[in-house]
Amino acid sequence: MLLLIEQLLNGLQSGLMLFLMAAGLTLVFGVMGLINLAHGSLYMIGAFACAGVAAATGSFWLGLAASIAAAAAAGAIVEVAVIRRLYRRDHLDQVLATFALILIFSEGTRWLYGSFPLYLNVPPSLSGSVTLPGGIQYSLFRLAIIGAGLLVAVGLFLLIGKTRIGVQVRAGEADREMIAALGVDIGRLYTLVFALGAALAGMAGALVGTIQSVQVGMGEPVLILAFVVIVIGGIGSIKGALVGALLVGLTDTMGRVLLPSIFDLFMETSAATSVGAALASMAIYILMALVLIVKPGGLFGARA
Amino acid sequence: MTGPKTGIHRETRMTRYLTTTALALSMIGGTAMAEPVKVGMITTLSGGGASLGIDTRDGFMLAVEEAGNSELEVVIEDDQRKPEVAVQLSDEMIQSEDVDVLTGIVWSNLAMAVVPGATRQGKFYLSTNAAPSQLAGKGCHENYFSVSYQNDNLHEAAGQYATDEGFGSMFIMAPNYPAGQDSLSGFKRFYDGEVASEVYTQLGQTDYAAEIAQIRDSGADALFFFLPGGMGISFMKQWAEAGIDMPVVGPAFSFSQDILPAIGEAAVGVKNTAQWSPDLDNEANKAFVAGFEEKYDRLPSLYAAQGYDTARLLLSAMEKADIADAEAFREALRAAEFDSVRGDFAFGPNQHPVQDIYVREVISEDGTLTNKIVATAMEDRGDAYAEECSM
Amino acid sequence: MSAAEITAAPTGRGGRMARAQIVNAALALGLIGFGLGAWATGETFLVTLATKVAILAIAGAGLNLVLGFGGLVSFGHAAYFGLGGYTAGILAHHALNYTPMFEWPVLFEGTTSMPVIWLVAMAVGALAAAVIGALSLRTTGVYFIMITLAFGQMIFYFAISWPAYGGEDGLPIYVRNGFPGLNTLDPIQFFVLVVALLLAVLGLIAMLARSRFGLALQAARQNRQRLMAVGIRPGGVLLVAFVISGAITALAGALYADLNRFVSPSMLSWHLSGELLVFLILGGTGRLFAPLAGAGLYIALEHLLGGVSDHWQFFFGLLLLGVVLFARGGVIGFLAGGRKHG
Repeated sequence: MLLLIEQLLNGLQSGLMLFLMAAGLTLVFGVMGLINLAHGSLYMIGAFACAGVAAATGSFWLGLAASIAAAAAAGAIVEVAVIRRLYRRDHLDQVLATFALILIFSEGTRWLYGSFPLYLNVPPSLSGSVTLPGGIQYSLFRLAIIGAGLLVAVGLFLLIGKTRIGVQVRAGEADREMIAALGVDIGRLYTLVFALGAALAGMAGALVGTIQSVQVGMGEPVLILAFVVIVIGGIGSIKGALVGALLVGLTDTMGRVLLPSIFDLFMETSAATSVGAALASMAIYILMALVLIVKPGGLFGARA
Repeated sequence: MTGPKTGIHRETRMTRYLTTTALALSMIGGTAMAEPVKVGMITTLSGGGASLGIDTRDGFMLAVEEAGNSELEVVIEDDQRKPEVAVQLSDEMIQSEDVDVLTGIVWSNLAMAVVPGATRQGKFYLSTNAAPSQLAGKGCHENYFSVSYQNDNLHEAAGQYATDEGFGSMFIMAPNYPAGQDSLSGFKRFYDGEVASEVYTQLGQTDYAAEIAQIRDSGADALFFFLPGGMGISFMKQWAEAGIDMPVVGPAFSFSQDILPAIGEAAVGVKNTAQWSPDLDNEANKAFVAGFEEKYDRLPSLYAAQGYDTARLLLSAMEKADIADAEAFREALRAAEFDSVRGDFAFGPNQHPVQDIYVREVISEDGTLTNKIVATAMEDRGDAYAEECSM
Repeated sequence: MSAAEITAAPTGRGGRMARAQIVNAALALGLIGFGLGAWATGETFLVTLATKVAILAIAGAGLNLVLGFGGLVSFGHAAYFGLGGYTAGILAHHALNYTPMFEWPVLFEGTTSMPVIWLVAMAVGALAAAVIGALSLRTTGVYFIMITLAFGQMIFYFAISWPAYGGEDGLPIYVRNGFPGLNTLDPIQFFVLVVALLLAVLGLIAMLARSRFGLALQAARQNRQRLMAVGIRPGGVLLVAFVISGAITALAGALYADLNRFVSPSMLSWHLSGELLVFLILGGTGRLFAPLAGAGLYIALEHLLGGVSDHWQFFFGLLLLGVVLFARGGVIGFLAGGRKHG
């Protein structure tokens, strides 16, 4: 039972990090109608910035700040230089141009940093594990990540729901021409939204990179998971992204843990673990297919 | 070589450098064998896992340069750890460059893509690392030699060590791919205790929170894991964070010299199994470690040692036979008359090594992490597949 | 406004059409000439490369059918390519090991006969495309892109973690499969075989494009409502195109497996799906010979840039970005002219 709760926490943690990725993707799609494959590169940039600054200064916190700043800056530059030309293009052009950006960012980073993964150390104040009520031992840093993820989620909902920028964003999602007529500087709004999404991706990259590793190509598996998240949640919906991310995070974690033991009930152990692991790797895609059959527009999607 | 003007041959700076070295050495003079031997080395020099290929290459080339044999020419290409690139390179080396011997592949899946085709086209293949079970058993071939080990060996030794230490129950874990499955079955082949839990992780997985929770919950006496490359580094760092007090055993791959700095202090005290260690006490090894440190300014890894031995084996065969006479050259390779850095070395019936396998412990020596032999797990170990090989 | 015009239709704009046909003929002859020339001069490896171009062009032609003509941006075509490859690998594996694939309900043995392998591969590709297409075509636009991508990843992860056929290690085919009357291990004979298939596939697509089905497909791209008004369900037309496309791409996969004598999950990776799209945009989407032009250009760039710098993908990314932003007609558009679109 304790084990199950610990695994739920792990699922929650990976789900919240996915949410940080998916939120930016879904905002950019909702407001600008753009599909951005290079979002994973921004995640990678955040992680590398954190690793670089943390190694130079010895402070993880400066590294984290640098990751957010670097990803936001990279996002803003890319938006102004490239993405801006793509808003009126069809999705194929967007896919290809952002695919080209992935090649440029990945190979460029490899050029600068080489191929060997970098490893970040958890800051001393958050290292080790704590005992939670009920006697669960849990990594303090992972707990902090869960807290940070929840805070960002709340902040994002407040930003979209309560501020003037949020009003503009929501107006932009509903009707792009209208907000231009209202005298909003659309160019600036788009750059801002894009940079915000990039900053969230960069932050996720730094946090996840600290637990795992920082390397070229780290953003791509996460990007595809984030796509699954927003397809499940409904494209353009922040609420959908949150629900989708938690669903995917929990399905993935629990599938990996539970499926092998389920198969163990009626199969030989070695075969069960290997079949279970194979199916677990497909679990989230099966979840996505099921959601699509029931609701082709995603759980909270406005349009299909 | 097709040369750069056709733009097809991807000549790296390294290749060019080596060709000139070979030329320069030929002027100094060497032994007088009839036919020159051309070696094609396909290994991983970029992307994840590049450190393994770089060490393989550096170890191999150290032996080549020490020997100064003008009849040996080496062409080196990067497979980027992609099977289709490796296949393309081997086609190029066999069809255009006309090499006699192929070597250097680090990963089993790349070896499976290249080796069967190469040996069937009459080329020799000397494995510096990968030695999948398929090529040791039914798929063995007279032109295929593994100089490193058979893939299961280090896992078997870990199982033997766990038995010797009296660990009553073990948590065992590997990625869900053929080498991972071979790893766990190799471990169980020599482990007498009870397997508390057997877990397959996803290949390339970087977050091990779920598995660490299961390990903590299992109450096992010790943990055995096989997570090569970056997976092992991520796991060890997260393992250290989790603060679980449980002995850890694994094959040398996750505690090799090229990886230790990245894991850091978390690795100290871990027991790992290998057929070689930098502190192994024999003349050939002392010379190798000193020579490697002097030339490359770092400690050699297991892969460097394997590359070095492979080149020395090839050179020893060149002394005895002409590559044009494949039968004689094969016999010369089988004899394996060279001073291995591992000490005693011989080939079994399936042309895989028969050798001792040691248990090493990770230690911190003047701030540098390295390995030290603490026990011998298995003596003169061949492999489990030799019987299936009919050669 | 999305994709390009189809050069196969022989009506109107005479001069340009003629020019496009000259470019097409030059591309086909260029590939054949390159292969034969390399063979004559003993550059066996270049023959292998030319074969690779032809195979990738077949895969691209499959994608072109749904993308160029049907306007569906499938980001998961590596799935069919890989499934075709695995079909070839698995059939050959069982034949070479003398083990039946399954004995129930009927005995099914492996084979090393290329024509049989091609048919089975196409059937497998078509079946997978039917299932994935039926689900994905419930959506449009960006959903469609992401869903095809996700299904491709699903099959990729399955291939990696399913141990029976090598998993991540892949599956070697020790000896290239055979074709009656040919020695397929001879690079030039295999090359000729692949080129013949490429021309057959391009011919089939040209024929389809001109047929009633082809017109309906283009109509489905341009205006779904109008199609419905004349009593055709666009979903049905698109699904049929998707299935044919999957079969063609699977055929290319089977050939690719035989070229490398090896199949691995990397044939299923999303990078390959992206590269197939890149061939088309480089060549010029919607044009019959775009896949050949694109694949040829890509392989040539890989080897030319690769010879200059290990980081050739960086420069390739810049080039691709430039083409997408500023030169949307692709190579054929540049050479043959044609209506500017967009």
